[in-house]
Amino acid sequence: MIENDKLILGGHEFNSRFILGSGKYSLKLIEAAVKYAGAEIITLAVRRANTAESENILDYIPDGVTLLPNTSGARNADEAVRIARLARELGCGDFVKIEIMRDTKYLLPDNSETVKATEILAKEGFVVMPYMYPDLNTARDLVNAGAASVMPLASPIGSNKGLATKDFIQILIDEIDLPIIVDAGIGRPSQACEAMEMGAAAVMSNTALATAGDLPVMAEAFRQAVEAGRKAYLAGLGRVLTRGAAPSDTLTGFLHD
Amino acid sequence: MENNYFVDSGNLSESALKRKHELENNPASRTNHMEYMDGMEQIKSDIFGKVISEMKSYDYNKYTAVDVNRALTHDTCTIEDFKALLSPAAEPFLEKMAQKARLETQKHFGNTVYLFTPLYIANYCENYCIYCGFNCYNDIRRMKLNMEQIEHEMQVIAKSGMEEILILTGESRAKSSVEYIGEACKLARKYFRLVGIEIYPVNTDEYRYLHECGVDYVTVFQETYDSDRYEQLHLLGHKRVFPYRFDAQERALMAGMRGIACSALLGLSDFRKDALASALHVYYLQRKYPQAEISLSCPRLRPIKNNVEINPLDVHEKQLCQILCAYRIFLPFCGITVSSRESRSFRNGIVKISATKISAGVSTGIGDHESKYTGKENSSAEGDEQFEIDDNRSLEKMYNDMSDEGLQPVLNDYLYV
Repeated sequence: MIENDKLILGGHEFNSRFILGSGKYSLKLIEAAVKYAGAEIITLAVRRANTAESENILDYIPDGVTLLPNTSGARNADEAVRIARLARELGCGDFVKIEIMRDTKYLLPDNSETVKATEILAKEGFVVMPYMYPDLNTARDLVNAGAASVMPLASPIGSNKGLATKDFIQILIDEIDLPIIVDAGIGRPSQACEAMEMGAAAVMSNTALATAGDLPVMAEAFRQAVEAGRKAYLAGLGRVLTRGAAPSDTLTGFLHD
Repeated sequence: MENNYFVDSGNLSESALKRKHELENNPASRTNHMEYMDGMEQIKSDIFGKVISEMKSYDYNKYTAVDVNRALTHDTCTIEDFKALLSPAAEPFLEKMAQKARLETQKHFGNTVYLFTPLYIANYCENYCIYCGFNCYNDIRRMKLNMEQIEHEMQVIAKSGMEEILILTGESRAKSSVEYIGEACKLARKYFRLVGIEIYPVNTDEYRYLHECGVDYVTVFQETYDSDRYEQLHLLGHKRVFPYRFDAQERALMAGMRGIACSALLGLSDFRKDALASALHVYYLQRKYPQAEISLSCPRLRPIKNNVEINPLDVHEKQLCQILCAYRIFLPFCGITVSSRESRSFRNGIVKISATKISAGVSTGIGDHESKYTGKENSSAEGDEQFEIDDNRSLEKMYNDMSDEGLQPVLNDYLYV
């Protein structure tokens, strides 16, 4: 089971279950971050991609890594669709992470616009990975709209607060047949590990690395935590002793034959 | 160990008897049970494949006490956990399973129990299902109620205070057409707040029509999910078509029905595999139709007229209890119905663990509610029963007994919109 354990997104296979953000730290550190994180997928804000002759982020991303362009900056489905098409034109491939925010204070995703954009882009052949607030009904709508994964937030983006929405993410993991990738808010390797133990298919992180004292070392710590959590999930967690109340009267005394 | 199902009536003609024996003894004389008959709608669904492959690969002897213990400590029960809970290794853990099942039942349903009653309106049948009292070769009094008789039965039942009714027929399109059943359901809407049906499987447009007639709940029992065994039990008639029956609940949901019920008839085949498949049928339907209200039944084989020896073989009360605890732990949200096939003591016990719905004031015969409810001699004919019931408590008696057990009986939880 562990040998053949692959993350499959839109028919593409990946060995790594740690997705790296790229927008919050020095371009010069991207290569080291990818290497130490063992990452095979790295996100890229299309709005950052082509701003100047020099310091183009695309030049800093190592070959062989799958680009996951995101639609950050989009305020509605139409804008996200336009950004996604632009990414494809730029040669960023067919993957797209949908991010639609109507509020610039908390940067919380707009679930209903995200569903609309997912439906349009999936029909155009994109591998659509929508970032969303963990809501079961929306997740089901995303499945029906053709998403390749569902990316619920763990806590407000950039907050490093960890699995504030744990119970709701667990519901998505239990009920949705697509990979659930926990995105936003994961601040520590232990939190990434916990998400993986719960059955998340992958974890994405950006701020936690960007704000660490030593980025490459933290990238490696995350890689190890994600791998440990995945193995624990596959192995099946052992029992937890609970100090429950003493058993009440026997319930099965009525059985005959 | 096996039931002896074959009984020859002295009233059958020589040619009928010959045909019956041919069907029983020569598999080549029977139609292909995996092939749809004319008029049967085929829908696209992946549920059939998922359920059947999980069932086929289920090796319940490989599970150990360690697996069962692990399953009992998990917050959410996985399919693997459920398989362990259904396995022989879980038998020594029955009391622990019951404790956990009760917690789940209380979380989702509190201390309530729903009451309903079935109403059989006809017992004509075109199928030869060898274990069933209604089968076309069984020598019983056949009857089909007309609309006045149906309304009279409903009045008698409604007077007892019952608010939910399940309308049943034998499986005969010729004698009990969809329109006939629809008219009966329109009448039922006058007297009851919730109307369910347990009739032959029909196409989506027919379920839609029945929904418009007031039906909101469709029960279809697959009897067994082992298609090879199914073929040996259902020798003649449209019921022979295994996949058409399997997809009935999905067609009903596509037609706008609010709820469906699934079940195997325990005792026909390997009960652990059938219990697994029944629950997975519900599990995958719920994932695909998350708005649907879903329930499971758990009937065991009962004696029938002209064959009182039929019994559920190795599915004793303990095994049934194990299945019902496992169902509850795996599907905490699912309604679980325990019928009057089971004894009073079993039903009193199981409602405190995992059952959420029981029948009361039950007759599986035709047109006999007045005589059964009031003792009044019936001036017109009555049709024979589908099977012998065990628990014959009236609604009033059941209501009081459940209250005495500390449960709140609920007669209706529903608005037809």
